[in-house]
Amino acid sequence: MNYHWNWGIFWELSPDGVHTYFQTLMLGAGWTLLTAGCAFIIALTFGSLIGVLRTAPFSWAVRFGTAYVEVFRNIPLLVQMFLWYFVAPEVVPRSIGIWLKQLPDASFYTAVVALGLYMSARIAEQVRAGILSLPRGQRLASLALGLTLPQTYVFVLLPMTYRILLPPLTSELLNTIKNSAVALTIGLMELTARARAMQEFSFQVFEAFTAATIIYIVINLVVTLAMRLVERHVAVPGYLGFRPPAAGH
Amino acid sequence: MFSNFDYDVIVRSLPYLFYTGMTFTLLLTALATIIGILIGTLLALMRLSGVPFLTVPAAAYVNLMRSVPFVLMIFWFYFLVPYIGQWVTFSAQPIKVGAFASCLVTFTLFEAAFFCEIMRAGIQSIPRGQVAAGQALGMTYSTVTGYIVLPQAFRNMVPVLLTQTIVLFQDTSLVYVISVTDFLGAASKVAERDGRLVEMYTFAACVYFVVSFAASRAVQLVHRRIAIIR
Repeated sequence: MNYHWNWGIFWELSPDGVHTYFQTLMLGAGWTLLTAGCAFIIALTFGSLIGVLRTAPFSWAVRFGTAYVEVFRNIPLLVQMFLWYFVAPEVVPRSIGIWLKQLPDASFYTAVVALGLYMSARIAEQVRAGILSLPRGQRLASLALGLTLPQTYVFVLLPMTYRILLPPLTSELLNTIKNSAVALTIGLMELTARARAMQEFSFQVFEAFTAATIIYIVINLVVTLAMRLVERHVAVPGYLGFRPPAAGH
Repeated sequence: MFSNFDYDVIVRSLPYLFYTGMTFTLLLTALATIIGILIGTLLALMRLSGVPFLTVPAAAYVNLMRSVPFVLMIFWFYFLVPYIGQWVTFSAQPIKVGAFASCLVTFTLFEAAFFCEIMRAGIQSIPRGQVAAGQALGMTYSTVTGYIVLPQAFRNMVPVLLTQTIVLFQDTSLVYVISVTDFLGAASKVAERDGRLVEMYTFAACVYFVVSFAASRAVQLVHRRIAIIR
């Protein structure tokens, strides 16, 4: 192989003149985590809402929920990012569009919204499956006791659902972190983008990507171990540690 | 919004979008699925073999692929494939690899990890008694695997494999990051040349939606048809 390895490259100054390459990668990891964290909050909120709608006893709610999931699941994430970044500012009224385009860190906000809504469709599916996996008697008993339908969901069904769903939600969180890399296409300087920039400036392709890969693996391990601790805390007694298989990435 | 929506730019670029772009996307999806399932099945058999020097590398490979973003892997392979080619063909220089071949290697090797997990679940869903019965009849490992386990595992997992293919179809849009002209790449090239981002990206989104939605409905039909009644 005629490739010149140079692992010392990480301690050299990057073209921004302030940070070393290692520091730029770490900054990128920070943006990755921030983006994924904010997006996951959106995903969890909307996903729960839509998941609940899809199990509600109203046909309009079920139809709306199904349509929502189909739309966000059947368009690639990259195309959705482009829609939010390039198309949305043109479609809204002119003054809002201009405000959107001039927003500082526009790519960050766009990435959070696009990624959050994309992941919310997947979480909605998990929440729906989780609610449907509960014994029918729980809903019937709550209603028979005089709880209203919202109370049934908030106090009985959802607390159980979240405890059961923790393992699949962990893998959706990991997916959110991984999918945040797509935001480099709209100019977000997250970890993969930093590795790419480092490769372009220093020509040390494999060092840059190795470092990024290792950082992603470490993030994965930390999240997995942390969630395992939480899981042990909230596991529902009497249930097997059941893990529904999740397709996709 | 639709007052200055230019439908004409879409009509004019249709041949380019579908003939150049969609052909690339569909060919990549089909080939990556077929080869990916083959390699994935091999990886699954390795993971389930119980032989440490097969189990450990297969598990490590699958877990590595599953813990890094696909975009990063596309960059990795984009730079790595010429060196792999050099190593395989014993040439003195990193060999030049075309865009399609490079993408195909990337998608095949990446998706193999996901197909592996699906096939592993499929193989594990076969009752142990069937393998034991096969062995009691004097069949070898390869006969039991080839004639009893894999056909049933495959049949059980067809809906999941097809769903993963739809995911793969959507993932092919990510080759945008290495400036390859797939369907989205073609749309984005026209969009930037004519300054018609709104039209082209909206149209691309509609096409992806229609294809994926129709495909997932078809998968549901297939599922109903081939499900084994127990």
